[in-house]
Amino acid sequence: MKYIDEYRDKELIMKLADRIASAVKRDYTFMEVCGGHTAAIHRFGIPSLLPENIRLISGPGCPVCVTDTGFIDKAIAYSQKEDVIITTFGDLIRVPGSASSLEKQKAAGADVRIIFSGLEALEIAKTNPRKKIIFLGIGFETTAPGTAVTIKQAEKENINNFFVLSAHKIMPPAMEEIVKGGTNLDGFICPGHVAAITGSSIFNFLPEKYNLGCVVTGFEPTDLLQSVLLLTEQANRNEPKVEIQYNRVVTVNGNIKAQRHLNDVFETCDAYWRGFGIIQSSGLTPGKNFERFNAEINMPVEAGKHDENEMCICGEILRGLKEPGECPLFADICTPENPVGACMVSGEGSCNTWYKYRRQDE
Amino acid sequence: MCLSIPVKIVSIDGDIAEVSAGGTLFKAGMQMIDNANVGDYVLLHAGFAIQKISEEDAAETYKILREMNDIG
Ligand code: SF4
Repeated sequence: MKYIDEYRDKELIMKLADRIASAVKRDYTFMEVCGGHTAAIHRFGIPSLLPENIRLISGPGCPVCVTDTGFIDKAIAYSQKEDVIITTFGDLIRVPGSASSLEKQKAAGADVRIIFSGLEALEIAKTNPRKKIIFLGIGFETTAPGTAVTIKQAEKENINNFFVLSAHKIMPPAMEEIVKGGTNLDGFICPGHVAAITGSSIFNFLPEKYNLGCVVTGFEPTDLLQSVLLLTEQANRNEPKVEIQYNRVVTVNGNIKAQRHLNDVFETCDAYWRGFGIIQSSGLTPGKNFERFNAEINMPVEAGKHDENEMCICGEILRGLKEPGECPLFADICTPENPVGACMVSGEGSCNTWYKYRRQDE
Repeated sequence: MCLSIPVKIVSIDGDIAEVSAGGTLFKAGMQMIDNANVGDYVLLHAGFAIQKISEEDAAETYKILREMNDIG
Protein backbone atom coordinates (compact mmCIF):
# COMPACT_ATOMS: atom_id res chain seq x y z
CA MET A 1 0.00 0.00 0.00
CA LYS A 2 0.99 3.58 -0.53
CA TYR A 3 2.67 5.11 2.55
CA ILE A 4 4.09 1.77 3.54
CA ASP A 5 6.18 0.34 0.72
CA GLU A 6 8.14 3.54 0.26
CA TYR A 7 9.11 3.60 3.90
CA ARG A 8 10.52 0.09 3.63
CA ASP A 9 12.83 0.82 0.71
CA LYS A 10 15.99 -1.27 1.27
CA GLU A 11 18.35 1.15 -0.43
CA LEU A 12 17.09 4.02 1.67
CA ILE A 13 17.33 1.95 4.84
CA MET A 14 20.98 1.11 4.15
CA LYS A 15 21.83 4.74 3.35
CA LEU A 16 20.25 5.90 6.58
CA ALA A 17 22.17 3.25 8.52
CA ASP A 18 25.42 4.54 6.93
CA ARG A 19 24.60 8.10 7.86
CA ILE A 20 23.93 7.12 11.45
CA ALA A 21 27.21 5.20 11.56
CA SER A 22 29.12 8.28 10.45
CA ALA A 23 27.24 10.60 12.81
CA VAL A 24 28.09 8.77 16.05
CA LYS A 25 30.75 10.30 18.26
CA ARG A 26 30.20 8.55 21.59
CA ASP A 27 27.70 6.28 23.36
CA TYR A 28 24.00 7.15 23.15
CA THR A 29 20.91 5.70 24.79
CA PHE A 30 17.53 6.54 23.34
CA MET A 31 14.24 5.35 24.76
CA GLU A 32 11.30 4.40 22.59
CA VAL A 33 8.29 5.02 24.78
CA CYS A 34 5.61 3.43 22.65
CA GLY A 35 5.07 -0.33 22.65
CA GLY A 36 4.22 -0.10 18.95
CA HIS A 37 7.73 1.23 18.38
CA THR A 38 9.28 -1.57 20.46
CA ALA A 39 7.50 -4.13 18.28
CA ALA A 40 8.44 -2.37 15.02
CA ILE A 41 12.10 -1.90 16.05
CA HIS A 42 12.56 -5.61 16.63
CA ARG A 43 10.37 -6.78 13.76
CA PHE A 44 12.48 -4.77 11.30
CA GLY A 45 15.76 -5.66 13.00
CA ILE A 46 16.65 -2.00 13.60
CA PRO A 47 19.24 -2.73 16.35
CA SER A 48 21.27 -4.78 13.87
CA LEU A 49 21.46 -1.73 11.58
CA LEU A 50 22.80 0.56 14.30
CA PRO A 51 26.37 1.00 15.46
CA GLU A 52 27.14 -0.65 18.79
CA ASN A 53 27.31 2.59 20.68
CA ILE A 54 23.64 3.39 20.04
CA ARG A 55 21.40 1.60 22.49
CA LEU A 56 17.62 1.64 22.19
CA ILE A 57 15.69 0.85 25.34
CA SER A 58 11.96 0.39 25.80
CA GLY A 59 9.79 2.49 28.05
CA PRO A 60 6.35 2.40 29.65
CA GLY A 61 4.29 2.72 26.47
CA CYS A 62 2.58 -0.65 26.26
CA PRO A 63 -0.87 -0.04 27.77
CA VAL A 64 -1.47 -3.68 28.63
CA CYS A 65 1.92 -3.87 30.35
CA VAL A 66 1.51 -0.84 32.60
CA THR A 67 -2.01 -1.83 33.66
CA ASP A 68 -1.58 -3.07 37.21
CA THR A 69 -2.60 -6.35 38.77
CA GLY A 70 -5.14 -4.53 40.96
CA PHE A 71 -7.08 -3.47 37.86
CA ILE A 72 -7.08 -7.02 36.49
CA ASP A 73 -8.25 -8.33 39.87
CA LYS A 74 -11.10 -5.79 39.86
CA ALA A 75 -12.13 -6.79 36.33
CA ILE A 76 -12.10 -10.42 37.44
CA ALA A 77 -14.27 -9.54 40.46
CA TYR A 78 -16.79 -7.90 38.10
CA SER A 79 -16.72 -10.89 35.76
CA GLN A 80 -17.84 -13.09 38.66
CA LYS A 81 -21.13 -11.21 38.98
CA GLU A 82 -24.09 -12.97 37.39
CA ASP A 83 -25.49 -9.92 35.63
CA VAL A 84 -22.23 -8.58 34.17
CA ILE A 85 -20.76 -8.84 30.68
CA ILE A 86 -17.10 -7.78 30.47
CA THR A 87 -16.06 -6.22 27.16
CA THR A 88 -12.35 -5.77 26.52
CA PHE A 89 -9.60 -5.41 23.96
CA GLY A 90 -8.04 -8.80 23.28
CA ASP A 91 -4.63 -8.70 24.94
CA LEU A 92 -5.94 -7.87 28.37
CA ILE A 93 -7.76 -11.15 28.89
CA ARG A 94 -4.52 -13.09 29.16
CA VAL A 95 -2.82 -10.86 31.70
CA PRO A 96 -2.44 -12.73 34.98
CA GLY A 97 -4.18 -11.20 37.98
CA SER A 98 -3.32 -12.29 41.52
CA ALA A 99 -5.08 -15.62 41.26
CA SER A 100 -6.68 -15.90 37.83
CA SER A 101 -7.06 -14.12 34.49
CA LEU A 102 -10.10 -13.01 32.52
CA GLU A 103 -9.35 -15.82 30.08
CA LYS A 104 -9.59 -18.38 32.87
CA GLN A 105 -12.78 -16.78 34.15
CA LYS A 106 -14.23 -17.00 30.66
CA ALA A 107 -13.33 -20.67 30.45
CA ALA A 108 -15.10 -21.13 33.79
CA GLY A 109 -18.27 -19.58 32.38
CA ALA A 110 -17.95 -15.81 32.88
CA ASP A 111 -19.28 -13.65 30.04
CA VAL A 112 -16.11 -11.96 28.77
CA ARG A 113 -16.20 -10.64 25.21
CA ILE A 114 -13.37 -9.36 23.06
CA ILE A 115 -14.20 -6.25 21.09
CA PHE A 116 -12.32 -3.96 18.74
CA SER A 117 -14.02 -0.71 19.64
CA GLY A 118 -15.97 0.86 22.49
CA LEU A 119 -18.92 1.30 20.13
CA GLU A 120 -19.20 -2.49 19.94
CA ALA A 121 -19.54 -2.62 23.73
CA LEU A 122 -22.38 -0.13 23.41
CA GLU A 123 -24.14 -2.39 20.90
CA ILE A 124 -23.80 -5.28 23.34
CA ALA A 125 -25.38 -3.07 26.02
CA LYS A 126 -28.33 -2.31 23.75
CA THR A 127 -28.98 -5.92 22.88
CA ASN A 128 -28.60 -7.12 26.49
CA PRO A 129 -30.75 -4.65 28.44
CA ARG A 130 -30.95 -6.85 31.53
CA LYS A 131 -27.17 -7.16 31.84
CA LYS A 132 -24.62 -4.62 33.00
CA ILE A 133 -21.91 -4.12 30.40
CA ILE A 134 -18.48 -3.14 31.70
CA PHE A 135 -15.98 -1.85 29.19
CA LEU A 136 -12.35 -2.11 30.30
CA GLY A 137 -10.88 1.20 29.19
CA ILE A 138 -7.14 0.92 28.79
CA GLY A 139 -4.72 2.85 26.61
CA PHE A 140 -3.15 6.27 26.35
CA GLU A 141 -4.14 9.50 24.63
CA THR A 142 -4.54 7.56 21.37
CA THR A 143 -7.26 5.28 22.73
CA ALA A 144 -8.95 7.40 25.39
CA PRO A 145 -10.76 9.74 22.95
CA GLY A 146 -12.54 6.68 21.52
CA THR A 147 -13.77 5.82 25.00
CA ALA A 148 -14.85 9.45 25.44
CA VAL A 149 -16.87 9.32 22.20
CA THR A 150 -18.41 6.02 23.33
CA ILE A 151 -19.45 7.48 26.70
CA LYS A 152 -20.96 10.53 24.99
CA GLN A 153 -22.88 8.24 22.66
CA ALA A 154 -24.17 6.25 25.65
CA GLU A 155 -25.39 9.49 27.18
CA LYS A 156 -27.00 10.63 23.94
CA GLU A 157 -28.88 7.34 23.56
CA ASN A 158 -29.59 7.20 27.29
CA ILE A 159 -28.09 3.75 27.73
CA ASN A 160 -28.24 2.90 31.43
CA ASN A 161 -26.47 -0.45 31.51
CA PHE A 162 -23.10 0.62 30.10
CA PHE A 163 -20.16 1.31 32.42
CA VAL A 164 -16.48 1.98 31.98
CA LEU A 165 -13.75 0.70 34.27
CA SER A 166 -11.06 3.16 33.30
CA ALA A 167 -7.32 2.57 33.44
CA HIS A 168 -6.72 5.13 30.71
CA LYS A 169 -3.47 6.98 31.20
CA ILE A 170 -1.52 9.89 29.80
CA MET A 171 2.08 9.64 28.70
CA PRO A 172 4.03 12.77 29.77
CA PRO A 173 3.93 12.16 33.56
CA ALA A 174 5.41 8.66 33.09
CA MET A 175 8.16 10.05 30.84
CA GLU A 176 8.95 12.59 33.52
CA GLU A 177 9.09 9.83 36.16
CA ILE A 178 11.64 7.98 34.04
CA VAL A 179 13.85 11.03 33.77
CA LYS A 180 13.51 11.87 37.46
CA GLY A 181 14.14 8.24 38.36
CA GLY A 182 17.63 8.60 36.95
CA THR A 183 17.45 6.38 33.85
CA ASN A 184 20.35 7.60 31.77
CA LEU A 185 19.04 8.88 28.44
CA ASP A 186 20.15 10.98 25.52
CA GLY A 187 16.69 11.41 24.04
CA PHE A 188 13.24 10.02 23.44
CA ILE A 189 11.75 8.40 20.37
CA CYS A 190 8.32 9.86 21.11
CA PRO A 191 5.05 7.99 20.51
CA GLY A 192 3.66 8.97 17.11
CA HIS A 193 0.06 7.98 17.67
CA VAL A 194 -0.20 9.63 21.08
CA ALA A 195 1.11 12.79 19.41
CA ALA A 196 -1.38 12.42 16.53
CA ILE A 197 -3.99 13.30 19.15
CA THR A 198 -2.11 15.57 21.57
CA GLY A 199 0.26 17.29 19.16
CA SER A 200 4.02 17.29 19.59
CA SER A 201 3.89 20.21 22.02
CA ILE A 202 3.14 17.94 24.99
CA PHE A 203 6.79 16.89 24.88
CA ASN A 204 8.16 20.46 25.03
CA PHE A 205 8.91 20.14 28.74
CA LEU A 206 11.54 17.48 28.06
CA PRO A 207 14.06 19.68 26.23
CA GLU A 208 13.06 22.73 28.24
CA LYS A 209 13.26 21.24 31.71
CA TYR A 210 15.52 18.22 31.26
CA ASN A 211 17.68 19.05 28.27
CA LEU A 212 16.50 15.93 26.42
CA GLY A 213 15.88 15.63 22.70
CA CYS A 214 12.55 14.34 21.41
CA VAL A 215 11.64 13.11 17.95
CA VAL A 216 8.02 12.17 17.27
CA THR A 217 8.35 9.10 15.12
CA GLY A 218 6.42 6.92 12.70
CA PHE A 219 6.40 3.15 12.65
CA GLU A 220 8.21 2.16 9.48
CA PRO A 221 11.93 1.28 9.27
CA THR A 222 12.94 4.52 7.55
CA ASP A 223 10.89 6.49 10.11
CA LEU A 224 12.72 4.82 12.98
CA LEU A 225 16.16 5.21 11.44
CA GLN A 226 15.60 8.82 10.48
CA SER A 227 14.57 9.54 14.06
CA VAL A 228 17.65 7.88 15.49
CA LEU A 229 19.72 10.04 13.15
CA LEU A 230 17.90 13.21 14.20
CA LEU A 231 18.31 12.37 17.89
CA THR A 232 22.01 11.59 17.42
CA GLU A 233 22.54 14.92 15.66
CA GLN A 234 20.61 16.77 18.36
CA ALA A 235 22.77 15.13 21.02
CA ASN A 236 25.99 15.95 19.11
CA ARG A 237 25.05 19.60 18.84
CA ASN A 238 23.72 19.60 22.39
CA GLU A 239 20.63 21.36 21.09
CA PRO A 240 17.74 19.31 22.39
CA LYS A 241 14.32 20.13 20.94
CA VAL A 242 11.07 18.51 19.86
CA GLU A 243 11.15 17.51 16.20
CA ILE A 244 8.37 15.85 14.25
CA GLN A 245 9.62 13.11 11.97
CA TYR A 246 6.13 11.62 11.54
CA ASN A 247 4.68 14.70 9.91
CA ARG A 248 2.28 12.83 7.66
CA VAL A 249 0.18 12.32 10.78
CA VAL A 250 1.47 14.58 13.56
CA THR A 251 1.27 18.35 13.97
CA VAL A 252 2.35 20.64 16.80
CA ASN A 253 -1.21 21.05 18.07
CA GLY A 254 -2.64 17.63 17.26
CA ASN A 255 -6.24 16.64 16.69
CA ILE A 256 -8.26 19.38 18.40
CA LYS A 257 -11.57 17.61 17.92
CA ALA A 258 -10.30 14.46 19.62
CA GLN A 259 -8.83 16.55 22.44
CA ARG A 260 -12.21 18.18 22.92
CA HIS A 261 -13.95 14.80 23.30
CA LEU A 262 -11.27 13.77 25.78
CA ASN A 263 -11.58 16.93 27.86
CA ASP A 264 -15.39 16.90 27.76
CA VAL A 265 -15.58 13.47 29.34
CA PHE A 266 -12.41 12.79 31.35
CA GLU A 267 -10.65 14.36 34.29
CA THR A 268 -7.11 13.51 35.33
CA CYS A 269 -6.57 11.49 38.48
CA ASP A 270 -3.65 9.81 40.20
CA ALA A 271 -3.06 6.42 38.64
CA TYR A 272 -1.16 3.26 39.42
CA TRP A 273 1.36 2.09 36.82
CA ARG A 274 2.98 -1.32 36.93
CA GLY A 275 6.62 -0.75 37.77
CA PHE A 276 6.13 2.81 38.95
CA GLY A 277 3.39 2.80 41.56
CA ILE A 278 1.17 5.86 41.78
CA ILE A 279 2.01 8.66 39.37
CA GLN A 280 0.19 11.90 40.16
CA SER A 281 -2.33 13.20 37.62
CA SER A 282 -1.43 10.52 35.11
CA GLY A 283 -4.78 8.71 34.83
CA LEU A 284 -8.12 9.54 33.22
CA THR A 285 -11.46 9.01 34.90
CA PRO A 286 -14.96 10.07 33.74
CA GLY A 287 -15.63 13.56 35.14
CA LYS A 288 -18.64 14.80 37.15
CA ASN A 289 -21.08 15.00 34.22
CA PHE A 290 -20.37 11.43 33.20
CA GLU A 291 -20.10 9.76 36.59
CA ARG A 292 -23.08 7.55 35.89
CA PHE A 293 -20.95 5.63 33.42
CA ASN A 294 -18.11 5.06 35.89
CA ALA A 295 -18.19 1.41 37.00
CA GLU A 296 -16.21 2.10 40.14
CA ILE A 297 -18.71 4.65 41.42
CA ASN A 298 -21.90 2.84 40.43
CA MET A 299 -20.99 -0.71 41.24
CA PRO A 300 -17.95 -0.76 43.52
CA VAL A 301 -16.21 -4.12 43.99
CA GLU A 302 -13.64 -5.30 46.49
CA ALA A 303 -10.72 -7.05 44.86
CA GLY A 304 -8.67 -7.73 47.98
CA LYS A 305 -4.94 -7.34 48.25
CA HIS A 306 -3.11 -8.11 45.05
CA ASP A 307 -0.02 -10.21 44.63
CA GLU A 308 2.69 -9.79 42.02
CA ASN A 309 5.04 -12.59 41.10
CA GLU A 310 8.24 -11.52 42.84
CA MET A 311 10.53 -12.98 40.19
CA CYS A 312 8.92 -10.96 37.37
CA ILE A 313 10.97 -7.86 36.54
CA CYS A 314 8.38 -6.24 34.24
CA GLY A 315 8.45 -3.16 36.47
CA GLU A 316 12.16 -2.55 35.96
CA ILE A 317 11.86 -3.29 32.25
CA LEU A 318 9.09 -0.70 31.92
CA ARG A 319 11.31 1.87 33.59
CA GLY A 320 14.14 1.14 31.16
CA LEU A 321 16.37 -0.24 33.92
CA LYS A 322 16.56 -3.86 32.80
CA GLU A 323 16.09 -5.91 29.66
CA PRO A 324 13.97 -9.06 29.30
CA GLY A 325 17.07 -11.25 28.97
CA GLU A 326 17.93 -10.36 32.57
CA CYS A 327 14.75 -11.99 33.91
CA PRO A 328 15.41 -15.49 35.29
CA LEU A 329 12.01 -16.64 34.02
CA PHE A 330 12.38 -15.33 30.46
CA ALA A 331 11.68 -17.88 27.71
CA ASP A 332 11.99 -20.64 30.25
CA ILE A 333 9.09 -20.48 32.65
CA CYS A 334 7.58 -17.36 31.11
CA THR A 335 6.52 -17.64 27.45
CA PRO A 336 3.75 -16.09 25.34
CA GLU A 337 1.73 -19.32 25.75
CA ASN A 338 2.24 -19.22 29.48
CA PRO A 339 2.90 -15.62 30.48
CA VAL A 340 3.93 -14.82 34.04
CA GLY A 341 3.89 -11.05 33.59
CA ALA A 342 2.01 -8.55 31.45
CA CYS A 343 5.11 -7.72 29.37
CA MET A 344 5.01 -11.25 27.94
CA VAL A 345 1.31 -11.07 27.03
CA SER A 346 1.00 -8.09 24.78
CA GLY A 347 2.42 -8.09 21.26
CA GLU A 348 3.86 -4.70 22.20
CA GLY A 349 5.40 -5.86 25.46
CA SER A 350 9.19 -6.00 25.62
CA CYS A 351 9.33 -9.61 26.82
CA ASN A 352 6.93 -10.78 24.11
CA THR A 353 8.88 -8.90 21.43
CA TRP A 354 12.21 -10.27 22.66
CA TYR A 355 10.76 -13.76 22.74
CA LYS A 356 9.67 -13.47 19.13
CA TYR A 357 12.72 -11.78 17.66
CA ARG A 358 15.69 -11.95 19.96
CA ARG A 359 15.52 -15.20 21.88
CA GLN A 360 18.44 -16.66 19.95
CA ASP A 361 20.67 -13.81 21.18
CA GLU A 362 20.22 -14.83 24.79
CA MET B 1 -2.93 -1.99 21.18
CA CYS B 2 -1.36 1.23 20.11
CA LEU B 3 -1.36 -0.19 16.64
CA SER B 4 -3.02 2.18 14.22
CA ILE B 5 -3.30 1.34 10.57
CA PRO B 6 -3.66 3.59 7.56
CA VAL B 7 -6.97 2.94 5.83
CA LYS B 8 -8.86 4.49 2.94
CA ILE B 9 -12.39 5.79 3.34
CA VAL B 10 -14.79 3.91 1.06
CA SER B 11 -18.11 5.40 2.16
CA ILE B 12 -19.41 7.64 4.92
CA ASP B 13 -22.75 7.50 6.68
CA GLY B 14 -23.03 10.16 9.38
CA ASP B 15 -20.45 9.43 12.07
CA ILE B 16 -19.57 6.01 10.74
CA ALA B 17 -17.42 5.30 7.70
CA GLU B 18 -16.57 2.13 5.90
CA VAL B 19 -12.81 1.96 5.45
CA SER B 20 -10.55 -0.37 3.56
CA ALA B 21 -7.15 -1.72 4.61
CA GLY B 22 -5.70 -3.54 1.64
CA GLY B 23 -9.16 -4.69 0.56
CA THR B 24 -10.46 -5.72 4.00
CA LEU B 25 -13.37 -3.55 5.08
CA PHE B 26 -13.88 -2.17 8.58
CA LYS B 27 -16.27 0.23 10.23
CA ALA B 28 -14.70 3.35 11.70
CA GLY B 29 -16.11 6.02 14.01
CA MET B 30 -15.45 9.41 12.39
CA GLN B 31 -16.28 11.56 15.43
CA MET B 32 -12.71 12.90 15.65
CA ILE B 33 -12.27 13.87 12.01
CA ASP B 34 -13.33 17.11 10.33
CA ASN B 35 -14.24 17.19 6.66
CA ALA B 36 -13.57 13.57 5.84
CA ASN B 37 -14.13 12.58 2.23
CA VAL B 38 -14.37 9.30 0.40
CA GLY B 39 -10.86 8.50 -0.87
CA ASP B 40 -9.08 10.16 2.07
CA TYR B 41 -6.58 8.15 4.09
CA VAL B 42 -7.05 8.10 7.85
CA LEU B 43 -5.38 6.27 10.71
CA LEU B 44 -7.66 3.67 12.28
CA HIS B 45 -7.19 2.95 15.97
CA ALA B 46 -9.49 0.79 18.13
CA GLY B 47 -12.44 1.39 15.84
CA PHE B 48 -12.00 5.14 15.39
CA ALA B 49 -10.31 7.26 12.77
CA ILE B 50 -7.88 9.30 14.86
CA GLN B 51 -6.26 11.54 12.25
CA LYS B 52 -6.15 12.22 8.55
CA ILE B 53 -2.95 11.21 6.81
CA SER B 54 -1.53 14.06 4.86
CA GLU B 55 -0.71 12.82 1.39
CA GLU B 56 1.40 15.89 0.71
CA ASP B 57 3.45 15.50 3.87
CA ALA B 58 3.88 11.80 3.18
CA ALA B 59 5.24 12.56 -0.28
CA GLU B 60 7.37 15.39 1.07
CA THR B 61 8.99 13.34 3.87
CA TYR B 62 9.85 10.68 1.38
CA LYS B 63 11.27 13.15 -1.11
CA ILE B 64 13.45 14.78 1.54
CA LEU B 65 14.62 11.39 2.70
CA ARG B 66 15.64 10.40 -0.78
CA GLU B 67 17.32 13.71 -1.53
CA MET B 68 19.12 13.71 1.77
CA ASN B 69 20.54 10.35 0.83
CA ASP B 70 21.14 11.22 -2.79
CA ILE B 71 19.24 8.40 -4.33
CA GLY B 72 16.70 8.39 -7.07
S1 SF4 C 1 9.97 -12.66 31.14
FE1 SF4 C 1 7.96 -12.91 32.09
S2 SF4 C 1 8.37 -12.94 34.26
FE2 SF4 C 1 10.18 -12.10 33.29
S3 SF4 C 1 9.86 -9.87 33.30
FE3 SF4 C 1 9.07 -10.63 31.38
S4 SF4 C 1 6.91 -10.97 31.77
FE4 SF4 C 1 7.88 -10.82 33.77
